[in-house]
Parts: sequence; C-alpha cells; structure tokens
Amino acid sequence: MTDVAHYINFLTILVLAIFIGFEVISKVPTTLHTPLMSATNAIHGIVLAGAIVIVGQLFGGTPTVLLTILAIAAVTLGAINVFGGFAVTERMLEMFKGKERAK
Amino acid sequence: MTNKDVALALADLVAIALFIYGLHELNSPATARRGNRYAMVGMAIALIAILVQTGAVGWWAILVGVAIGGAVGIVAAFKVKMTAMPQMVALYNGAGGGAAALISIVEYYVSQNGTASLDIVIAISLVLSLIIGSVSFAGSLIAFLKLQELMTGRPVTYPGQQVVNALILLAIVGLGVWFCVTLGALPPAAFIGLVVAALLLGVLFVLPIGGADMPVVISLLNSATGVAVAIAGFEISSVLLIICGALVGASGTILTVAMSKAMNRPLTNVLFGAFGAAGGMEPAAGSGGPQQIRQASADDVAIMLAYANKVIFVPGYGMAVAQAQHSVKALADQLEKRGVNVLYAIHPVAGRMPGHMNVLLAEANVPYNQLLDMEDVNPEFSTTDVALVIGANDVTNPAARNVQSSPIYGMPILDVDRATNVVVLKRSMRSGFAGIENPLYEMPNCSMLFGDAKASVDELTAAVKAT
Repeated sequence: MTDVAHYINFLTILVLAIFIGFEVISKVPTTLHTPLMSATNAIHGIVLAGAIVIVGQLFGGTPTVLLTILAIAAVTLGAINVFGGFAVTERMLEMFKGKERAK
Repeated sequence: MTNKDVALALADLVAIALFIYGLHELNSPATARRGNRYAMVGMAIALIAILVQTGAVGWWAILVGVAIGGAVGIVAAFKVKMTAMPQMVALYNGAGGGAAALISIVEYYVSQNGTASLDIVIAISLVLSLIIGSVSFAGSLIAFLKLQELMTGRPVTYPGQQVVNALILLAIVGLGVWFCVTLGALPPAAFIGLVVAALLLGVLFVLPIGGADMPVVISLLNSATGVAVAIAGFEISSVLLIICGALVGASGTILTVAMSKAMNRPLTNVLFGAFGAAGGMEPAAGSGGPQQIRQASADDVAIMLAYANKVIFVPGYGMAVAQAQHSVKALADQLEKRGVNVLYAIHPVAGRMPGHMNVLLAEANVPYNQLLDMEDVNPEFSTTDVALVIGANDVTNPAARNVQSSPIYGMPILDVDRATNVVVLKRSMRSGFAGIENPLYEMPNCSMLFGDAKASVDELTAAVKAT
C-alpha cells in the first residue's frame, strides 16, 4: 500500500510539473527559442544525477567491466548535457543585447 | 526519514525552484542570462546532494565520466559556430536520451544479479525510458548527420517504409509488454533485441524527414528526451528527474506545436509525409515553361536601398549557409547612417531550428528589438520601400496564400510581395526545399540578384557607401 501511495505521489508531481512547464515556457519569446532549447538540454542533464545513482547501485554489488563502461558512458553523456548545455546557453545569451531605442 | 534525508530532500526542492525560476527568467532577453545562472546554481546543488546521498559510491567512475563529458561539453560549447547550433542541440538531445537509455540498461542488469528488484511500476518505467531514450538517441544522431551535411539532407525514402517502421514498432511493443508482464525476466537475447529495435526505429523515423522540417524534428526529439528523463525518475525514485524531465518535455512540446503551426502542417504530416519527395514534385498550378524574371545589378539595388525610407530584411537558411549575418549587419549600419529605417522579418521556421535566425543576428550585434515576428512585421510591408530577401524562399511564397493546389497552401508566410519593391538574393533559380516554384519571382515589383548571399550583401554595402 505504501508503495502505491509513493507512486501516486510521483504521478501527482509529474502532472503538476507538466502544467508548470507549459505555463512558464509559453511565456518565452520566439527570439529566445534557440537558447531555450539549449537551456532545456542543460536541465535534462539532471539525468547525470540518475547516472550517479546507478553507478552507486552498480558498485554496491559486483560490477562487471561491461556494465562499468555503460555506467561511465551514462555519466559522460549526462555531463556533456550539463556542462555543454549551460555553457552554450551562456554564450548565446551574452549576445542578446537590446539597444535603447524606441520601437 | 533521518535528518540527512530531510536535508537532501530540501536541497532538491531548492534546486527545483531554481530551475523553474530560471526558466521563468527566460521570458525576456534582458533577464535571460540571470535565469541561466539560477539554473546552473540549481544544478550544482542537485548534483552535490545526490553525491552525498549515494556516498559517492563508485566515485572514480563518476569522476572519469564527468571529466570526459565536462571537457567535451565545454570545448564544444565554445567552439561551435552559431550557424551550427541546430546540430549541436540535436547532439545534446541525443546525449540526454542516450543517458536515460543507459540508466535503464544498467538498472536491468543490476536487477538480474539480484541486487535490486523490479516491481511493476519500475519495470514499466524502465522499459519506457529505455525505448524513448534509445529512439531519441539514434534519431538525434541522424538529425545531426543530416544537419552537418555528413549525409543527404533530403528525405530518404524507399518502398514499404511505413510497413517496415510499423513492424519494428510492433516488435518493440511486443517485447516491452513481455518485459513488463515478467517483471524483467526476459531472455537476455530478447532484451538486447529490444534495445536494437528501439535504436533502429530512431534511425528509420528520422531518415525520411527532410532538412527544412528539422525545426519540428529537433523540437520533438527535445521533448522525447525530456519524457525519457521524467520516466527514468520513476525508475530510480527521483522527484528531481521527474520534474526536470516534465519541464523539458513541456518545452519541447510547445516548440513542436509552434513549428508545425508555422508550417500549417499537422505533425503527422511532417513525420510521415516525406515532404519534397515524390509528392512534392508536382508542379504548382499555373506553372509552365521557365519563369519570367527580372535580374538586377548590385548597383541598381544599392540605389533602391540608399534612397528608401523603410527597408525590411528577410533572412532565411541561405543567410546561415553563407555565414552572411555580419555582412547583413554592416549593410544595415550603412543604411541606418543614411536615415533608412531598417527592420528584420523573422519567420518562425526560417533556418533549421526554432529561433535560429534570431541567434545568428544577435551574434552580429543586431538589437533584438529590430527583429520582428511574422504577425508584427506583416502589416509593415505595405509601407515598406524595399523588402530584401536573403536566402529565404518558401516562407515568402505567395502561392501559400492563394494557390490551393500548392503543397504549401495555407502556410502562414511573410507578405514581402506587398512591399513597393522586393529584391531576392539567391544563389540560382533552383527551387526551395519544397521543390515548388515561387510566383513571387515573376511579380512586376520583384527583381533578383544572383550570387552567394555574403558576396552579394558585401557588394551592396560597398555600392551603398559609394552612392
């Protein structure tokens, strides 16, 4: 029963997060859609946290060489998202300057 | 819950708040950079919390992965050209999807060795995040190859394509259901078959989609990666992954819908229509024989521009290919010096990803308030002296307005033909991606200036200077 409650909580959180996502993202102007995509690339880099958990599980037991390589690959891909995503977003946003001008 | 658990949960909550507030700050170019920084801080907090939670077990593997991934990510981020952003984002989408799929694979083998057990929810989420992540990974790689022009950007089609895809999908669903029913007790060969089938589906699903439809595909893969990450959150009981995945999924979905709308084509048509292949070759109504066009010299156009009151630049993918954004800005500066009012008209699907033109022009220091969206700029054309079309084609095609038999009929376009004069910078008379003739070029107020976009714009700048 507690397990079911646990998953229902997750489902509730998921649905609420989807609504928040739609609300927040729909206010992003078209001019920033490319940086928005790279920023979301960085945010789904949170998968790195998942990869860290999975490395923990793997090394809690007896890791094989193949699984170790796969787990390191997961960490690597997640890290590319996090570091690359934020860096390239920063680089792009730096270029968006508005001149003070009417119209 | 121990005190440590409470502290970690609260740290996650702070990280989540920072992500959402960071995305909120992207609602204006003025605050966007701050928003990105908030999200960075959120990420740092989340990652430290997770390391504390797992006690950094397997720390050396994490260190190796982060060192490689971090170095690759940062070097790529600083080296990539702004014109290549679509490929870059495609790769990042693929990386996220791949990571989600790998997590599922490792989780599966760990459970096989008896150190973790699968309940029905974990089994379902494991298999879903494996499938969606693999499709996104393989599909993004194909999108990257197409955008980087390492393979043809044209749709790749073959007879029976839909049937093959449907069969693979069926196999994936079958294996997936089997996996869930047996709580992961599949023969190893069947599990590997599932992974291979999902990767194959990703490849085959992007192959028939052409270059100009890439804005839709990239947005969709972005969304898919978000969904894969959210589902992976169920697999490893992480609220953080669920929320971040949901935010990205929502973002990708909004962009996908916006891009489909801007092409006036239902998503299914983009994905399964193989636009510009067999069907698109049908000539537009009223065409016959070569088009009657007027060619102009750079000097003629320069005079037109120099004595205009209002000029609107209409950039398209051709500007990106020719890397002409800095030259365009130089021409605009020259014109503004003479008191000409210069604006830029940005069609939502100009370029190869959402917002592509805006980033290129921002790189060339064009202030973002001169860049107008389609709805805002269209009323301006009737009072415009010269509309200068730089490497855009289908998004200016008036056939979309009135030729019902045209494949792009109904697509919202930039009304450049309503300007007093239209000048089209084009490499040659080759038709645009859709393979459709553009009746704009035959209109009496339109003239063509042939050549590489960058060379033509530079010539115009020099000629305006001399006027």
